[in-house]
Amino acid sequence: MNLLKEVFMKYGYFPGCSQTGSAKEYDISLRKVIEKLGVSFDEIEDWSCCGATSAHVTNHKLSTALAMRNIMLAEQQGMENIIAPCAACYNRLIMSQFEIANHSGIRKETEELLSASFQKDVKVFNVLELFLNIGIDKIIENRKRELNDLKVACYYGCLLVRPSGLTKFDDAEQPESMEKIAEATGAKTIDWNYKVECCGAAHSIARRDIVVDLSKKILDDAKYHGANVMIVACPMCHTNLDMRQRVMKRTYPEHEDFPVLYITELIGLALGMDEKELGIDLHFIDFNYKDLVPENSGVG
Amino acid sequence: MSVNTLKETNKLLASFVPPASFTDEEQEPLNTSVQLHRHNIADEISERTFQDVSLCYQCGKCSSGCPVRYYMDIAPNKVVRLIQLGFYEEALKSSTPWLCAGCQTCSARCPKEFDLAKFMDAVREIAIEKGIEVKEKNILKFHKAFLDQIKSHGRSYEAGLVAEYKMKTLDLLQDVDSAPGMYLKGKLAILPHNIKDRKGVKSIFKKTSGK
Amino acid sequence: MKIGVFICHCGENISSTVDCPRVAKICESYPGVEYSVDYKYMCSDPGQNLIREAIQLYKLDAIVIGSCSPHMHERTFRNAAFSAGINPFMVEIANLREHCSWVHDDIESSTLKAIELVRMAIEKVKRDKPLSKINVPVTKRVLVIGGGIAGIQAALDVANAGYEVVLVEKEPSIGGHMSQLSETFPTLDCSQCILTPRMVEVHQHPKIKLLTYSEVVKVEGFIGNFKVTIKKKARHINEDLCSGCGMCISKCPIKKKAYNSFEEDLAFRSAVYIPFSQAIPNIPVIDETVCTYFQTGKCGMCLKVCDRGAINFDQKDTVMVADIGAIIVATGYKLYDIERKSADLKYKGYGEYGYGKYRDVIDGLQFERIASASGPTSGEMKRPSDGKEPKKIVFIQCVGSRDDSKGISYCSKICCMYTAKQAMLYRHKVHDGEAYVFYMDIRAGGKMYEEFVRRAIEEDKVKYIRGRVSRIYEENGKYIVKGEDTIAGMPVEIDADMVVLATAMIPQDNAPALARTIGIPYDKYGFFNESHPKLKPVESTTAGVFLAGACQSPKDIPESVAMASAAACKTIILLSSDTLEREPVVAKVNEDLCAGCFYCQKVCPFGAVEVKDVKDINGIVYKEVAFINQGVCQGCGTCTATCLSKSIELSGFNNEEIFAEIAAL
Repeated sequence: MNLLKEVFMKYGYFPGCSQTGSAKEYDISLRKVIEKLGVSFDEIEDWSCCGATSAHVTNHKLSTALAMRNIMLAEQQGMENIIAPCAACYNRLIMSQFEIANHSGIRKETEELLSASFQKDVKVFNVLELFLNIGIDKIIENRKRELNDLKVACYYGCLLVRPSGLTKFDDAEQPESMEKIAEATGAKTIDWNYKVECCGAAHSIARRDIVVDLSKKILDDAKYHGANVMIVACPMCHTNLDMRQRVMKRTYPEHEDFPVLYITELIGLALGMDEKELGIDLHFIDFNYKDLVPENSGVG
Repeated sequence: MSVNTLKETNKLLASFVPPASFTDEEQEPLNTSVQLHRHNIADEISERTFQDVSLCYQCGKCSSGCPVRYYMDIAPNKVVRLIQLGFYEEALKSSTPWLCAGCQTCSARCPKEFDLAKFMDAVREIAIEKGIEVKEKNILKFHKAFLDQIKSHGRSYEAGLVAEYKMKTLDLLQDVDSAPGMYLKGKLAILPHNIKDRKGVKSIFKKTSGK
Repeated sequence: MKIGVFICHCGENISSTVDCPRVAKICESYPGVEYSVDYKYMCSDPGQNLIREAIQLYKLDAIVIGSCSPHMHERTFRNAAFSAGINPFMVEIANLREHCSWVHDDIESSTLKAIELVRMAIEKVKRDKPLSKINVPVTKRVLVIGGGIAGIQAALDVANAGYEVVLVEKEPSIGGHMSQLSETFPTLDCSQCILTPRMVEVHQHPKIKLLTYSEVVKVEGFIGNFKVTIKKKARHINEDLCSGCGMCISKCPIKKKAYNSFEEDLAFRSAVYIPFSQAIPNIPVIDETVCTYFQTGKCGMCLKVCDRGAINFDQKDTVMVADIGAIIVATGYKLYDIERKSADLKYKGYGEYGYGKYRDVIDGLQFERIASASGPTSGEMKRPSDGKEPKKIVFIQCVGSRDDSKGISYCSKICCMYTAKQAMLYRHKVHDGEAYVFYMDIRAGGKMYEEFVRRAIEEDKVKYIRGRVSRIYEENGKYIVKGEDTIAGMPVEIDADMVVLATAMIPQDNAPALARTIGIPYDKYGFFNESHPKLKPVESTTAGVFLAGACQSPKDIPESVAMASAAACKTIILLSSDTLEREPVVAKVNEDLCAGCFYCQKVCPFGAVEVKDVKDINGIVYKEVAFINQGVCQGCGTCTATCLSKSIELSGFNNEEIFAEIAAL
């Protein structure tokens, strides 16, 4: 057991492009939270884009090669377990690994493209798996305050739990692991309908009308079921659900702001960090935990 | 669909040239029917995706659950049907493959375990290779602009992406509201994050572009 | 010894790749062969005559036939030989079709192979000894496992033919799923009204011994002579004393601890209960898992109120052994469960339909109970969550069925029909309600079936939508059903008040275990296998065991009844003779050589090896040897291979015969 813990105390880290820009606060909060929980990251040196949606929808070979380039680097840099905090990167990495493992033609082709051969099994984890590995107890142990005024809608989005054959950490249709993690912060979670619906992030720029409609439905369902905040574990989802709320108001003038946090920010708040430290002030929709707390309940 | 479309489809088929890796070494003379068979897009998609297109029994569960179904011109299951029947042109020209957001909801729920998301990837890939006129031009332009950033920097460069996309689409007003906000919050880098091995990434692009 | 060789062309089946005249010609000169001939159809009447005439004309002692598999015509040729006066076991068959012509295409080499095969048979037949058939007695009693409509029908048919029947049912009452149904397609007659008279008949039949709340735990023996061990679970009620007055039930203080499984968990039952009012036998059962007396040792209310003293808390399970001649298995089906089960379970459940978390998303049997006048709502259309009348109802077909991803590739066959019926019943009860059916194909093959489905659409205005539903979720007390009409090519969303899922018919949970107990094969889903898909649909591959109803594959009521009657008929044929003729291919022990190690006894799968004392002239036992009960031995040869002292021989396949065959190769 101790050995297992030890193994999971150190991870390779594949931030993904968003973490360096539009999802800066996800990167900041993730690094701060895991440090508090005694886990450290080694960033993959000279990592590149996983190819994202654009590569796999237009050129299959390119998408596999771009994703596997990072797996190759991780392997060369001696990493066995790596964390991909972005659900889209995570999905691309595990899908490419699956294809390499199961189709020798693709394997050969990709190895030739990268002039490398894949020897070791590099395991890719998403952020939910990371916290499940660290242990929910660990969050509870280190908790500085209970966020019991939060009613959280846990939004998994589409790619975190799919394909179900590969993402075995949770159920693809009615997942519960994010709820378990959120509840460790003392927050309440709600049962709602759009946990695994897609927000359409792939069309964020080219077909904003679609994205606005889909995101609106997701936010409305969370509100309807009594949530006062939504948490996500994907920078694509966050950009859509947070930033796009401004545009949403043009199509849906009645729309009211709804805060969307990264799961790491929620945990950070419970571990005693403040909004600014976690980068929550970088969101387009303001969130301040104190605003949610009824006046006369003393919160430390 | 009229009978004429079938004829046009045959014309299209006759013009179909498989990509380099799928051409046989020996070019023996072929009669038309063999040629049609050899250049069967359904078989080609089966080969590229490692799953037989005939697996689909048209239950429509993919279309039922598709989050972007309402914006598509034809249902996702119909795209499969058109390919199964050999009406390639209508399938390749439809907006459906381009609007597919790749969320894999269809693949996850398919009773035949047919990976429709992967199928759509292959349909798009073939449409690009064949130079089919794409209905959702902006989506393709976005993907190209996105990949161009990776090709030159190794990572996504959001400012460059937006600039290139706007140049390509001449849609200069979109996103003007969020870009300054992102910039002010320090989320939109003015300069790209260049990786060291840009050469290596570039060569992957070069080798996989098929040219 | 004079041997005749007969080479069959089997039309062109053999002769297209084997030069039959050449085979016959070559065999003519083989030592011992008196006569050799080829013919187009040896199994035909002229072919058989040819054999008979040759036997008499050339005074043959043994014959070899080169033809199709002995599975097909061994019996034909043996009978022909017998009628011409030679022992039927002096006939050998060389399989020139399945083993040669069908699997090769080169004429020269397959002809040579055919010659080899015939030569091997000649060498064997030279050493064959005349054998005579063994006769074993038949126990004229039939075991029927399962008291649903199939089991009831089979039991009544057998009993009415005058044979004794033991009917074993695992539930406290017979009746099965049919007793839960409201009305039946395509006639809409009341299920219980047509079933209960049969149930009563079973109960009152002097030839039927009814064992409810009982299970078959062990089956030994063989056709005509099974020994079956049955466990009768303790009801904690003395069946002889109980009058079925129901006083114990009405006074039982435990009312809401256990779900009523007859009502498909839509209602509760007391700790002491009768499954339903027409139950046969009308005797309650005490459920130990919820009864206060069994849990805490207190209460005993039923004991106090029963004026016949029928309550017996100390009653134990009892075990009985019955001699049985034939077995009819009619264990039926269950419905696929959409709930989430642990990962190692075979079926995954339906997450997209909520894993059973929505109370108004029910299955077909639950709908039957709601529609049934005897059900929890007295037949009024009320949804389980709040008892409101659903104004919009959605039926979804093929839930689990035809779904590789859920592990069930087959069509459950009855859902198209019962969904049409249920939608019809709903429209009859709720005149201002809307009924929608999502379907993939409508499979309504059967007398008046297609007409019935059209009636639902045309007269009762049920709206059929072709497409599979992707998701169901709750919003505002409504269930949003997300579908697509694949005919119109349009997405469809329906805000339903209630959703009925036509979940797949799957075998009972214990079907594989029971199959192993009885010794019958089952398929990958757990359905029992018939002996031949076309010509032996009600026989299992184990002699003396027959199949009836949905335990073999999904079936509706008329099909189950037909199959039950067919199985009963096969059973009656079996029991109609006093003894059973058996092949004399059995093992025999050479007592002089036997060392008495009894390894044979350990390996015999049929329990045919017994211990026999060998006495000297003074009557004193000086050794124990193995003895093989010829009635039990199935001739598998396991003992022969195991015997260290080579003292066991299999008649018809002894070492000398087999070695000669090999040596001829």
